[in-house]
Amino acid sequence: MSILVDKNTRLLIQGITGRNGTFHGQQMIEYGTNVVGGVTPGKGGTTHIGVPVYNTVREAMAEAIPNTTIIYVPAPFAADSIMEAADAGIPLIVCITEGIPVLDMVKVYEFVKDHGARLIGPNCPGLITPGQAKVGIMPGYIHAPGRVGLVSKSGTLTYEAVNALTQAGMGQSTAVGIGGDPIIGSSFVDILELFEQDPDTDSVVMIGEIGGDAELRAADYIKSSMTKPVVAYIAGRTAPADRRMGHAGAIISGGDDTAAAKMAALSKAGAKVAESPTQIPSLLG
Amino acid sequence: MWLGAIDRAIMLNIPMRRVVSVSFIEEDTLKIHEYQAKEVLARYHIPVQEGHVATSPEEAEAIAQRIGKMVVVKAQVHAGGRGKAGGVKLAQTAQEARGKAAAILGMQIKGITVKKVLVTVAADIAHEYYIGVVLDRASKRVMLIGSAEGGVEIEETAKTNPEKIIRIAADPALGLGDYQARDLAFAMQIPAPLQRDFIKIVHGLYNAFIATDASLAEINPLVITNDNKLEALDAKIVLDDNALYRHPDLEAYRDLNEEEAAEITAREANLSYVKLDGNIGCMVNGAGLAMSTMDTIKLYGGEPANFLDVGGSADAERVTNALRIILSDPHVKAILFNIFGGIVRCDEVAKGIIIGLKEVQTEVPLVIRLVGTNQAEGRRILSEANLIALDNMDDAVKKVVEVANSR
Repeated sequence: MSILVDKNTRLLIQGITGRNGTFHGQQMIEYGTNVVGGVTPGKGGTTHIGVPVYNTVREAMAEAIPNTTIIYVPAPFAADSIMEAADAGIPLIVCITEGIPVLDMVKVYEFVKDHGARLIGPNCPGLITPGQAKVGIMPGYIHAPGRVGLVSKSGTLTYEAVNALTQAGMGQSTAVGIGGDPIIGSSFVDILELFEQDPDTDSVVMIGEIGGDAELRAADYIKSSMTKPVVAYIAGRTAPADRRMGHAGAIISGGDDTAAAKMAALSKAGAKVAESPTQIPSLLG
Repeated sequence: MWLGAIDRAIMLNIPMRRVVSVSFIEEDTLKIHEYQAKEVLARYHIPVQEGHVATSPEEAEAIAQRIGKMVVVKAQVHAGGRGKAGGVKLAQTAQEARGKAAAILGMQIKGITVKKVLVTVAADIAHEYYIGVVLDRASKRVMLIGSAEGGVEIEETAKTNPEKIIRIAADPALGLGDYQARDLAFAMQIPAPLQRDFIKIVHGLYNAFIATDASLAEINPLVITNDNKLEALDAKIVLDDNALYRHPDLEAYRDLNEEEAAEITAREANLSYVKLDGNIGCMVNGAGLAMSTMDTIKLYGGEPANFLDVGGSADAERVTNALRIILSDPHVKAILFNIFGGIVRCDEVAKGIIIGLKEVQTEVPLVIRLVGTNQAEGRRILSEANLIALDNMDDAVKKVVEVANSR
C-alpha cells in the first residue's frame, strides 16, 4: 500500500559517515528502514552505524544490492554522487542536499533520464511509507499508515499537513517531498501519476508554493487524468511579487505563477483547495 | 528621426525589480548591475558602447568629456522603471552630463537611493532585437530566446504574438550548436552582412551564461546602429547564488546598497529574512511553513511584518540573531514563533528561545507554537521560564493577531 518505497526497499546511504548521513542514517534504521550499506570514498571496508561502508556505489551495488539510495553529500559534490548512483544502476535516487548549482542539475537531469533511473529532489525531505520505510529526514512519528497519498515541494510545511492528517485519524500511503529547486528529478505530475495507479491510495494531498508552473501542470493532469480526489494547498499568497527574472522568465513561463492563479487553476481542475494546512483533513473527509 | 530613436533608447529599460536578498522562492539569485553585466559580456567579445561608472557629477562630467560624444546617463539600481522614474537621461555635452548626473544621483527609485550612474555613448538605433539565454524549468534545459521585435514591449509580444518569439534549447551535454545560432539568425531575419557578427554574439552570450553559472543573461535591446553595426545597448545578468562558491570574482559584484540593512545582517547570519509592511514578527523553520504562517496570519486578519526562515538548526545563536533582526523593525507589536521540529529538536529550540530572550530584552509579547521532535522536553523548558507553547498553528496565529491588534 504505497508508492516507491516499502518493506522491500534496500537502502544505500551516500555520504554515510558525514554528520547528516550518520544522524539520519540512525533515525532511518530506528524507524525500521532496511539500510544495507553506505558509501564514503576512502572509508570502504569499515562499518558505520552498524552497516558496511563501500568506496564506490558500483562496489556497494555488487555486494549489498541496494534498490534505492539516499544522498547526504555536500552541495559541491552532490551532482556527481547522483550521476554515480545512476551509472551504477540504482533505480531510485533520493537527494536531500540543498544548494546544488542549477546548471549542474541540467546535466544531471538528462544523465539520470538516459540511465532510466528516477530521481527525487534535490533539496527535499525525502519520502516515507509509514510503518514500512523512511527514506528522508522527516520526523517519523508524526506519520501513520493509511490511504492518503501526499506530495509536496516543501519540508516543514509537509510535516504540518501530515500532522493534521494523522491527528484527524487519516493515515498516509506514502508522503513524498519532491523539493522546490528550479530543476528537480520528479514533478508533481510524476508523483500524481503513481498515486493514481496505486491501488492502496484513495485520495491525494498536494502542497505547492508560489513560483514556477509545476502546480499549473499538475492542475492540467488532475483535470485530464485523475479519478481520485485531490486536496491542494498553495503557500505564499502574501509573499511580495519581487521574484521576477527579467523578461526571459516571463516569456518562458508564459503563465501566472502567483498563489492565487495556482489555486484558481487547481480549483477549476476539480481539486478542493484548502485555505490553511489545518483545513486539509476536513476537505478530504 | 534621430532624436526619436534616442528617446526610444531612453525608454528601453528592463523592468528590474528590487532585490530580495533571499527569496521565498525556489531560486536564490544574485542580480548584478547593467554596467557589471556589460563588463562580463565584453569579456565574451560582445560589442558594448564605451561607458564608465560615476559616483559624483564631477566624475560623470569627466567621463563624458573623455567620450567626447553625446552620452546617456543611466541610474545603476536593481529596480524597474528607471526610465519612467527619470533615472535615464540624455546629455549633449559634458557639462550637461554633470547636471543630469547630479539630478539622478541621490534620487530614489522604488525605495533605493541611486549611488552610481553609468555614463555611456548614446547610440543611434536603426533596429532593436531581443536575445536572451535562460534556464527553462519546463524542459529542464538552457534555452536561447530571440525576437526580431526587441525593446520594452517584448513581454507583451510574447503574450500577444508568441510566434514572434523564437526558442531554441541547448543540449545539456553538448551545449549550443553553431547551426542553432544560425537558425536563430535566420528566424530573426538578421541582415545577411551582419549574420556572422550576430552568431558570434549569440555564442558569446551563451558562453557567458554558462561560464558565470547564470540563471539569466539577456541583451535588450541588441541594436543595429545607423552605421550598420550590432551593439548591446542594455544587458542583464542574474547569477545562481548556489554556484557563487566557484566564482569568488562574481561575488564581488554584490551591491549591499541594494539590500535592506536587516536583510544584509540576516544573510550574514545565514537566516532568510525579508521585511514586509505589517506588525506581526514571525520566526519559523522552513520556507514553506514560513510562507504558510504569513498566509494564515493574513487569513485571521493580521499583517505579517516579515518572512524569516530560521533554518534547520534553530540553536541559541540563530534564535538570538533572528530576534534581534525581527525587533530591529519598530513596527513589530507581537512576535510569533512557529516551529515544527523535524531535524531540529524542540528542546534545543526552547533553550535557544530562553537564551535569546535574555540576550535581547524586549517588551514585545511573544506567542510560541512548538511541536515535533522532543516536544514534551521543549515545553517543560519553556514552562520553567513561564513561557507557554501552543499546540495548534491556527490557535497560535489567532492568539498573536489578537495580541497585536490590542496594542
